[in-house]
Amino acid sequence: MKTLKIALAAALAASALTTAAEARDQIQIKGSSTVLPYASIVAEAFGENFEYPTPVVEGGGSGAGRKALCEGVGENTIDIADSSSRIKQSDIDNCKANGVDEIQEVRIGYDGIVFASDINGSSFAFTPADWFKALAAKVVVDGKVVDNPYKSWHDVNADLPDQEILAFIPGTKHGTREVFDIKVLEDGCKESGALEAFVAAMGEKDGEKACLALRTDGASVDIDGDYTETLARLDANKQAIGVFGLSFYENNTDKLQVATMNGVTPSVDTVAKGEYPVSRPLYFYVKNAHLDVIPGLQEYIEFFVSDEMAGPDGPLAAYGLVPDPELAKTQEMVKNRTPMGPLN
Amino acid sequence: MTDVSADLATQAVRPNDRSLFVRDERTTRRHRAEMRFRMMGLAAVTFGIIALLGLMASILNNGVSSFSQTYVKLAINLDASKLDKSGKRDPAELQKVTTFAYQPLIKAALVKTMAEHGISVDGVNAKQAAELISKEAPAQLRRYVLAHPDKIGETITFELLAAGRIDGYYKGRVTMESAALDRNVSPEQLRLADQMREAGILEKRFNWSFFTAPDASDTRPEAAGLGVAILGSAYMMLVVLVLSLPIGVAASIYLEEFAPQNRFTDIIEVNISNLAAVPSIVFGILGLAIFINIAGLPQSAPLVGGLVLTLMTLPTIIIATRSALKAVPPSIRDAALGVGASKLQSIFHHVLPLAAPGILTGTIIGLAQALGETAPLLLIGMVAFVREYPGAPPEGFFDPASALPVQVYNWTTRGDPAFVERASGAIIVLLIFLAIMNITAIILRRRFERRW
Repeated sequence: MKTLKIALAAALAASALTTAAEARDQIQIKGSSTVLPYASIVAEAFGENFEYPTPVVEGGGSGAGRKALCEGVGENTIDIADSSSRIKQSDIDNCKANGVDEIQEVRIGYDGIVFASDINGSSFAFTPADWFKALAAKVVVDGKVVDNPYKSWHDVNADLPDQEILAFIPGTKHGTREVFDIKVLEDGCKESGALEAFVAAMGEKDGEKACLALRTDGASVDIDGDYTETLARLDANKQAIGVFGLSFYENNTDKLQVATMNGVTPSVDTVAKGEYPVSRPLYFYVKNAHLDVIPGLQEYIEFFVSDEMAGPDGPLAAYGLVPDPELAKTQEMVKNRTPMGPLN
Repeated sequence: MTDVSADLATQAVRPNDRSLFVRDERTTRRHRAEMRFRMMGLAAVTFGIIALLGLMASILNNGVSSFSQTYVKLAINLDASKLDKSGKRDPAELQKVTTFAYQPLIKAALVKTMAEHGISVDGVNAKQAAELISKEAPAQLRRYVLAHPDKIGETITFELLAAGRIDGYYKGRVTMESAALDRNVSPEQLRLADQMREAGILEKRFNWSFFTAPDASDTRPEAAGLGVAILGSAYMMLVVLVLSLPIGVAASIYLEEFAPQNRFTDIIEVNISNLAAVPSIVFGILGLAIFINIAGLPQSAPLVGGLVLTLMTLPTIIIATRSALKAVPPSIRDAALGVGASKLQSIFHHVLPLAAPGILTGTIIGLAQALGETAPLLLIGMVAFVREYPGAPPEGFFDPASALPVQVYNWTTRGDPAFVERASGAIIVLLIFLAIMNITAIILRRRFERRW
């Protein structure tokens, strides 16, 4: 009770103080922890080269960032949401409901997702079908749908080494998991022909769902933390295989060896050419209503997508971002402040 | 009971059978039980000490190296044709020259210095040699030029940071073997660094900027420091102290000395004890709802952080203060009242000064707890990449800032392994602050506390 009164008193005192506080002069950014390093590299360079203060960049995940963006218009809401997956219709509706009508969608480049194991362990050459067979809850053996019986990668595919199946994959709150589901599990499910068998056995809807259901016997471990946690787990368990972002791998090449996917080694180059299959675009979303209110916001987004930063020779590419071949189009769009249209 | 009566019975039968000098079975058993308990206690303490030592050893092992840093000394020609084409030294014009234009100057200076000292390693071209120097260097140069436009055209000696991997090589984190596998550094570059060190261009020394510099992005771990975090934490502690001490002491005095003993005060008492046990993240949610969404205070501001931590610290301070007040014997109050002092006078002139050491101890311990708190800050936007120092108070309380424990968390999530060292270094700094606060509390208690 007393504390409630105290809290109220403090809140009153605080609101009295705010009227005295001056307008916000630094950009506030929140969102995907995959985009966070790129956003902070740009923020740092922006602070160095412009008269505006360095933007404040927060992590917290793509979903959290988009939610915060849609909280409303005003100085105590953020200006930009970083996102490693495309905005959803529910976010757009939420934005509309809170008066955030115009948002810009800016694609900054692509990110590769790599499969890596301990540097001293055996090497792997995967296909999406291998991953599906190794991790799915149910697989097809001799035309019948059965609980996953595989213990070793060698059981899954005779070309793979005889090593126990243990995979550290991103948890469901990560944007990376979505890409893993679509580009690896679903594709693997189709390629291996399991989808047809599932649909035949369970009907269309449950059959498609069965593609994404993972085994729960401990062979597949969800990691809810960051890549650093995956790396630490891998270090403790040298037999395991972890899922990482390309830039994280590029920074830890002395500890990790990367597996090929469909015979392609992941690199900035192969992702850019579209040869490496497991990749996704990275975005940030800008609240247009803040553009002339928060000083430097327009300059910041233009600087982000400039050739100096996001181009093939810029610091972002050096850190592991795969440059967008259509960057010029994005630059044009940002200059004209074109708001995004409806999702297709 | 039955044992005792049985014993008595035997004694009665054979009274002279027992000697005080010979241990009978029961005494031996009791001694053994005591011994066992002692051993268990000793084992528990030993386990605790070993765990603590292990933790400290791991943190120190990882973190002490962050207090030193590798620097490269270079004489750089601030080429006027590159930095100021108009030649007017116009600040607006100079402002337009970005850090990308400064990079070639550093490369040229490095190539020149290497040639002067006769340093060269096969397989390292000028671009790779320039990678030995931190990406922070062009920014350092630009800041200098903007501050001293008159120096353009001269050759100035700068101390630039060495790149994170090179720094890691002199701290044992990077080895020739790991460099061979590493995409960001090659063994040839390390050999070049060794030659530069012999020539005295490269040196490792104490890293003051670790305490003063702001955070840095993932590409330049060598430049990351705790400046903003220390300042942010200091601001928050100031807010916590200024708010929670008067409110907490006033509330305790009222509850202890004036409030009637009824149901209502009982409920308050229970609530305070409960609040002290509420998980800190709950206060973060409260802070987000009240201070940011309703009161409209800015995100990431030390003021909001301080307010949230105040809510968290208040119960601790109130409980400590109340027990300190309770410890003052009633005879002091009675004597004061007896010579004609009012109730208020008796409290403020006699009880409060005697309780002060206990109150201070409680406050310091509460502050130390608040200093190490991260969870509530997560929700109010303080777990962020902040490079700009907050301004001087009072405006500074509204500027975005980071905090020490937040910085530790931030650095542990970064991809570059050099941040592991930084994070451990930050833990050491945080532990030192905590130790200082707790030692102060102990000293205050020892020196001023009175026992009756």
